[in-house]
Amino acid sequence: MKAAVLAVQGDFAEHENVFRKLGCDTLQIRQKRDLEQSFDALILPGGESTVQGKLLRELDMFDTIRTRILDGLPVMATCAGTILLAKQLLDDPTIHLGTLDIAVRRNAYGRQLASFHISGSFGTSKDVSMSFIRAPQIEFCAPGIEVLSEHQGRITAVRQNNQLAMTFHPELGTDLRVAQYFLDVCVSGKTTC
Amino acid sequence: MDEQQYLLNCDLARMLKGGVIMDVTTPEQAKIAEDAGACAVMALERIPADIRAAGGVSRMSDPGMIKEIQQAVTIPVMAKCRIGHIAEARILEAIEIDYIDESEVLSPADDIYHVDKRQFKVPFVCGARDLGEALRRINEGAAMIRTKGEPGTGDIVQAVRHMRKMTQEIRRVANMADDELFEAAKQLQVPYELLKSVHENGKLPVVNFAAGGVATPADAALMMLLGAEGVFVGSGIFKSGDPAQRASAIVKAVTNYQDFKMLAELSSGLGEAMVGINPQEIKTIMEERGI
Repeated sequence: MKAAVLAVQGDFAEHENVFRKLGCDTLQIRQKRDLEQSFDALILPGGESTVQGKLLRELDMFDTIRTRILDGLPVMATCAGTILLAKQLLDDPTIHLGTLDIAVRRNAYGRQLASFHISGSFGTSKDVSMSFIRAPQIEFCAPGIEVLSEHQGRITAVRQNNQLAMTFHPELGTDLRVAQYFLDVCVSGKTTC
Repeated sequence: MDEQQYLLNCDLARMLKGGVIMDVTTPEQAKIAEDAGACAVMALERIPADIRAAGGVSRMSDPGMIKEIQQAVTIPVMAKCRIGHIAEARILEAIEIDYIDESEVLSPADDIYHVDKRQFKVPFVCGARDLGEALRRINEGAAMIRTKGEPGTGDIVQAVRHMRKMTQEIRRVANMADDELFEAAKQLQVPYELLKSVHENGKLPVVNFAAGGVATPADAALMMLLGAEGVFVGSGIFKSGDPAQRASAIVKAVTNYQDFKMLAELSSGLGEAMVGINPQEIKTIMEERGI
């Protein structure tokens, strides 16, 4: 099992560590030719979505990645990655990959002083460590999308078939359960949508 | 500041990794920087090259001007306070700045003490020339470190010296026997616990960026090759001929710092770089402030 991590900007090294701990090989995607290698899943890390979205386009990776996700490539997105996947951004005319049927508001909680940490539920897992850092909110998701986590009435994690997206950062702690869920459900397909 | 808040502050720096933080003096420049792919901007009234040229005492920027920049962009906004200037730091915290740079670029307000950053909720980044300075700042509560370099010169030599020294010292500490750490902590004038963390992990406990003198995509790539986790560009962008194009090229150079063919393309046709100043020509040595 090889997990490719989009490594144009952000905390891609933390994601690589998580998937290595789970026994996966990892691969950094920094430019178009990196996409020619074979991999089984794609990780979109935290960081700045404006930077990542711009580099995806200017380094000529946008179409390939978008097509592969639409063709079923398992993808896990955290924070900025979720903004890249969203079909709609509220207060922002930009759309990046637009493969996931959700509407997202960027920096919805406020600036860094509003960043916070909780222990929350994710699917059937309890007390999952969740850091929200200048986090976005998922304000709408289409019918049929599985909601995996909520905080104060806001959706914080969803899955639509091969795509798993969340507004927090499971990669920052030592808790591997969210990544394990991704491998079990989106990559191995142990359950169906 | 509680431990959890400190971790969140360290984690914001992690989100900036692999990115470029650009000095801007107006909302227009901030927008240019954001559009060019900056992962954050540093709002200040004068960029370091102009601070050098103007001389005199250099202070925190007008909070009103910083607020305008906060409104102009969606990426994190940082701002500088003088070393040891508790009140300037509190003012920046009050306007909800995302990161405070307690910076040697401004005139120090206190020639002995730094701000006790542990008392703040807002995160701080501080400059360091070596491992000792870095760990002392982290002990005071800094959640991110950058090399000092020599700001406003367009000369990379000091940033290289500082990054080299830091990584050499980290390697030395990582290879020490456990019982040698006590003496090393004494010599470096740092707490044992922080040194032990460096010994065990082979890296600083917080994110480490390069800063001071970065003027070209090649300079930015050089600092990444030397182990920087990202780059601050101060005067190098808005003192050059075509800021937008240069900024965009530096962003891509940081992402693909190991692809030299791409670096060659990125370095082509950028127009004039900022006019540099050699170390011998500098009257004010900023790197010696706050050690």
